[in-house]
Amino acid sequence: MAARAVGFGLPLAILTAWLLARYRFPGRPLLNALVHLPLVLPPVVTGWLLLILFGVRGPIGSLLQQWFGIRLVFTTTGAALACAVMVFPVMVRSIRLSLEAADPGLEQAARTLGAGRVDRLFNVTLPLASPGILVGAVVAYATCLGEFGAVITFAANIPGATQTLPLAIYAALQVPGGEAKAAQLSMISLALALVGLLLSEWLGKRLNTMLGK
Amino acid sequence: MSLAFRLRHRFPSIQMDMAFEVSSPGVTVLFGPSGSGKSTLIAAAAGLLRPDECRIEIDGRLLADTGAGVWLPPERRRVGLVFQDAKLFPHMSVTTNLRFGQRRAGYGKDGATGGAQFEEVVDLLGIAPLLTRRPHTLSGGERQRVAIGRALLAQPHLLLMDEPLASLDSARKAEILPYLTRLKTALRLPVLYVTHALEEVIQLADSVVLVEAGQVSAFGTVSEITARSDLKLAQRDDGGALLLCRTAEHDGARQLTRLEGGGASFWVPQVDLPLGAALRIRVPAREVILASQPPEGISLHNIVPGTVRRLTAEPARRSVVVEIGLPSGALLSRVTPDAVVRLELVQNGPVLALIKSTSIEVVLA
Repeated sequence: MAARAVGFGLPLAILTAWLLARYRFPGRPLLNALVHLPLVLPPVVTGWLLLILFGVRGPIGSLLQQWFGIRLVFTTTGAALACAVMVFPVMVRSIRLSLEAADPGLEQAARTLGAGRVDRLFNVTLPLASPGILVGAVVAYATCLGEFGAVITFAANIPGATQTLPLAIYAALQVPGGEAKAAQLSMISLALALVGLLLSEWLGKRLNTMLGK
Repeated sequence: MSLAFRLRHRFPSIQMDMAFEVSSPGVTVLFGPSGSGKSTLIAAAAGLLRPDECRIEIDGRLLADTGAGVWLPPERRRVGLVFQDAKLFPHMSVTTNLRFGQRRAGYGKDGATGGAQFEEVVDLLGIAPLLTRRPHTLSGGERQRVAIGRALLAQPHLLLMDEPLASLDSARKAEILPYLTRLKTALRLPVLYVTHALEEVIQLADSVVLVEAGQVSAFGTVSEITARSDLKLAQRDDGGALLLCRTAEHDGARQLTRLEGGGASFWVPQVDLPLGAALRIRVPAREVILASQPPEGISLHNIVPGTVRRLTAEPARRSVVVEIGLPSGALLSRVTPDAVVRLELVQNGPVLALIKSTSIEVVLA
């Protein structure tokens, strides 16, 4: 589920980060605010908004249901969507920062060497932003594993389908004698978070040395 | 081979209006102080900056004519650009950097020939030992050489160099200049070279465009421009005319070489070049003594007859710069106003220029 969330979210996050980093357009502040909204909003509210939009009777949810027969609410895909929305700001921020740090002179050099727009994006811009993209993805993945509020609101708590770690811990605590299980799960959660952070740090460092920074 | 350039652009701080035409191939140096608009001109030539009005033509090929709505984007101009700070792609090896433009120009694939060859360029720039390295492990001078190679391999019709040596210390500069001189003779490619260092003009320029506060104050061949007493260039402390010469005679016994240039002869300390070899000499204006009669009993080797073409007073320095016309060229001499009176120097009058052989700077081309 976390992999799916990052997989879907990442290309969109790159596109958004690129728009925000490179272009000045009307509505840019609004887009910026929208992207960062899940960061500030209580997760339960985000989940509720998703429910309104993507629910079976919601404007987007009903269309998806009609055209493709896709139901998002209370499914794994739905949980992935909720996670993707929640970690979107984290990804956009980290990608945008590394895009802004990249020297625009390198793109100019690529232009004078005959590289067109798409060519430049894939061979110069994205590789230069790769530290930010990878770090963003790893942190996002780790955050997804621990998503709680938005998932429980939008996709409920279904073991094996939409249950994230904190949901399982919460469920275990509700059951008499579930403390041991909760402690176990908490340790797993701790380990995953730590590994995720260390991995992102290490990847970022490696890529930066590769880029000679 | 010709290059015609016209540009008009209004910046908040400066109004630019520049036009020049160069008919010879080779290196055209845009010379002027920082902030005079040289780099704007280069950016416009590369297509990275679109001025209000601009027309650029190389060899009858129109790169831009805003009046007619022509504006080729940089990626379709076939104009190479060497930046001040190399701008190598940090995520690629030196080889991949070098091949970047070559691939996109349609060369470098199996069987494709023509244009600047990889091995040839690598050899000319002496970068063979660097090929597998990463840009951040190179020194400033090495980086700049790779950047020049990368631009050349993109098979440009015009090479732009925007102060390529400005960010290097003098040792690194001295390391690169010989490579640039070699390139100049090896490649038949027009080069537009921006600098504010006179040394680079002396070494590399075939033509010079003087730029000042967004305007072109003069353009012409390097010998013409450096020998004009009315330009600011002549009023520098180190001002002096540059002449294109050939070796004409070696005198082994006296350890002297006679050079011919500008329709005159100059004896200089022996130069180890075959007869007929091309080189350039620079005669600093402050080293040239004027006379009306040939002196006797003097260590001097060069007594060059000429005519006074122009007298330009430099009130601040209490001196006068005299432009001495030779059969096909000119020299500059800086003397006092008193000397002008005593020698009765007048325009078109005859004069002798006395030059010590050791004060002639020989520049190997």
